[in-house]
Amino acid sequence: MRRPFVSVEGIARRFPGVAGAAPLTVFENLWFGIEEGEFVCLIGHSGCGKTTVLNILAGLDSPSDGAVVVAGREIDGPSLDRAVIFQSHALLPWLTAEQNIAFAVRSRHPEWSRARVAEECRRWIELVGLAAAAAKKPAQLSGGMKQRVGIARALSVHPKILLMDEPFSALDALTRGALQEEVNRIVDETKRTALMITHDVDEAILLADRILMMTNGPNAKIAEVVVNTLPRPRRRQDLHHLPGYYALRNHIIDFLVDRSRLLAATMPKGWDPRCVPEVRPAVAA
Amino acid sequence: MRASRPFASLALAALLFALFVGAWQLSASGRPQVGAAVDPEYAALVGAAAATGGQTPFPAPVEIGARILWHLADPFYVRGTNDQGIGIQLAYSLGRVLAGYLLAAAVAIPLGFVIGMSPLLYGALNPFIQVLRPVSPLAWMPLALYTIKDSALSSIFVIFICSIWPMLLNTAFGVASVRKEWLNVARTLECGPVRTAFRVILPAAAPTIMTGMRISIGIAWLVIVAAEMLVGGTGIGYFVWNQWNNLSLADIITAILVIGLVGMVLDQLLAIATRAVSYQD
Repeated sequence: MRRPFVSVEGIARRFPGVAGAAPLTVFENLWFGIEEGEFVCLIGHSGCGKTTVLNILAGLDSPSDGAVVVAGREIDGPSLDRAVIFQSHALLPWLTAEQNIAFAVRSRHPEWSRARVAEECRRWIELVGLAAAAAKKPAQLSGGMKQRVGIARALSVHPKILLMDEPFSALDALTRGALQEEVNRIVDETKRTALMITHDVDEAILLADRILMMTNGPNAKIAEVVVNTLPRPRRRQDLHHLPGYYALRNHIIDFLVDRSRLLAATMPKGWDPRCVPEVRPAVAA
Repeated sequence: MRASRPFASLALAALLFALFVGAWQLSASGRPQVGAAVDPEYAALVGAAAATGGQTPFPAPVEIGARILWHLADPFYVRGTNDQGIGIQLAYSLGRVLAGYLLAAAVAIPLGFVIGMSPLLYGALNPFIQVLRPVSPLAWMPLALYTIKDSALSSIFVIFICSIWPMLLNTAFGVASVRKEWLNVARTLECGPVRTAFRVILPAAAPTIMTGMRISIGIAWLVIVAAEMLVGGTGIGYFVWNQWNNLSLADIITAILVIGLVGMVLDQLLAIATRAVSYQD
């Protein structure tokens, strides 16, 4: 069997029970793949272990069982090839916006001269539209600007995979929209492989090629994979005019409202964790 | 709040000072002069005041002011081992404090770093720290004198031992409480342990470390006076003790003011340094 670019193979995460309680299995036997250049979203309710999955892919956490194989090699710890955009932006508050990016650039290219690093930082600062705020500390930046720096920092190391943990959930609706467009544009242009965790159905529809639907935890499973067949390039403002948009959206919302809970109790007959069924609600409509 | 009316506060402070000094001066000038006929030869031998059975009066502000001016006129004179300018004495004390303090920083900050990084070491060393920390640094003096056999070095050791604890504990605490997400950033950027230590953990913990250093310099400056009173020879503490033996209270009050001013300057220097490394999260 051909392996996808990122291959998650039967990973589990268990936490030891507190004070003699049975160990808590957040998820187990989780299988999925991400093709090169593909944008995959992971949707599920809080507590189903989405962030744990992302941390395992990032190498910040390790699975209790199973393995993650990227480009044919099992991952073992964090890597510059797998950049993370953190939910809380995680900028270093004693550095300016530019220095935060420089920290990442220097990690990728320790041999670069000061001038070369500064030039590269300038490029990324301008790409995310922060030229005027380059010399400001994170405390002086708005939430949206901080996350822009976080995005620039993640992209500036030229990662093979971009991992995003609800990067826009702490932002107001307008800023979130603008940043989604920006990420959409950058990912479209650079054909970056990406995995994003989100709660936002429209965000997933705008950005994702495929959406992994997780049931409620503990013992969360990927119940199905929704293939987003809406044509690219997608634009936020005319997304809802596309045929099939509502079928797709309703399917995801129905899953989150009811099926994520019902499926957590009993999976349908013939459901195979290693070969999760794919559905195309937008085509069926 | 503090900076809202600086001139008003300053004026009130000046007024309070003037009232206090004025009242003191008034009460001192109303003092009855002890006067009884004594044998002039006896008086010449033991001093006029002692001859009449009187005590050395507590100095009035005017006398103290005169002494302060006298000290400031030539602070660096040396006339033998027991008569040196107050500036020289201060320099001795500052030298000892800085030597002991810098030695303590050189030990406490790296050690605190290691303890802060390792919960195992933190747990293992904490009982020792907790037992040794509350010990008055002067209690170490006999041990220091016995082992080092040099009084000047012993007072440096006492400064070392008293300033090490706040720096050690604050460094360990600051390092241990560096935010997980900043460490995760360093990990995803494949920073090595040295780069993570100097570029992430050190700046993150710097404000806490500096707070420890500020507490330490305050304690060190408190302790040096007592230590020099014990070991003698030189230093502002010895100066105070020497003037007590001379029963020169005006000199002692001068020294108290100078000790206070120097302590304030040391504290403010560390406060400036703390501000320089602090960050807004």
